[in-house]
Amino acid sequence: MTHESVSDPPATDAPPAVDLGSPPLAPSEIIRPSGPAAAVVLAAGLASFALGLLSVLTASSASVSSALTLSERVGDLSGLTTVTAVVFFATWGVLAIAWRHTDPPLARIAVASAVLIALGLLGTFPPFFNAVGG
Amino acid sequence: MHLTTREIWALVHGLLIGGPFLLAFTGGLVALAGLRSEYLTAEGIRNRVAQLRIGASVMAVMAWTIVFIGIWVLLPWYSEARPDSPRSLLLSDPSTRQWHEFADVWKTHVAFMAPILATAAAALVVYYGRTLAHDRVVRNLVLALYLGAFAVASVAALLGSLVTRAAPIR
Repeated sequence: MTHESVSDPPATDAPPAVDLGSPPLAPSEIIRPSGPAAAVVLAAGLASFALGLLSVLTASSASVSSALTLSERVGDLSGLTTVTAVVFFATWGVLAIAWRHTDPPLARIAVASAVLIALGLLGTFPPFFNAVGG
Repeated sequence: MHLTTREIWALVHGLLIGGPFLLAFTGGLVALAGLRSEYLTAEGIRNRVAQLRIGASVMAVMAWTIVFIGIWVLLPWYSEARPDSPRSLLLSDPSTRQWHEFADVWKTHVAFMAPILATAAAALVVYYGRTLAHDRVVRNLVLALYLGAFAVASVAALLGSLVTRAAPIR
């Protein structure tokens, strides 16, 4: 038995059992309820969907376009973006309060939000909302 | 050499805030992707999370500022009911109509998703902090939100620069 084989640990490809690089987490960071995070993710999805839906509605309805015209100089985009921002912050606030101590499934909410964002993106595409709106 | 007030606002919107905003995505994405407990020391994670919290929050504010200037300051000048406004000039020629009817209209609508997605990403960074280095699901969710914000901001920036090239605000 050589000196080297006694003093050196056996070679292995496995990662160390203890993650020496990990910093100690503060108690408030160890267990974070997913509710507040899910709230902002779902709010982003709903606001994006609202943006797309309102884009379609303003293209298809003169009355909706008129109702969303908060500023004559800006046009219906003034109300469209204002309503979208209100949807985002209001939904975020309400859901954050309702879910502050809960653990909704974040991954499923993220998928639902991704679908809403994709639909919102489609709704903002001029060829789409012009085709729907006539 | 002279810039009008409108040109200065357009520069602030597109270059002074918009340019750094797009560049900041690169740093944010790299910092987030590398924020892993197996890559970094405790001090490294602490420093990077502090930087990300500030950077993500500043980027969200920048995104709201850009769309606010675009909608409430520049759009009224772009679409003035005058024959020499950029919108009127683009619509007056069949060969340039699509620069307004497709490019500008899509840009002004889709751009509004950028601050929403950037704010959601910033909120998650602030909320989870160092947990991001340990939780791959949450980290990937933040990365997805950032990439979404970057994608829509890039589309808007590209279309905006092309529309400005076709009919600048003066």
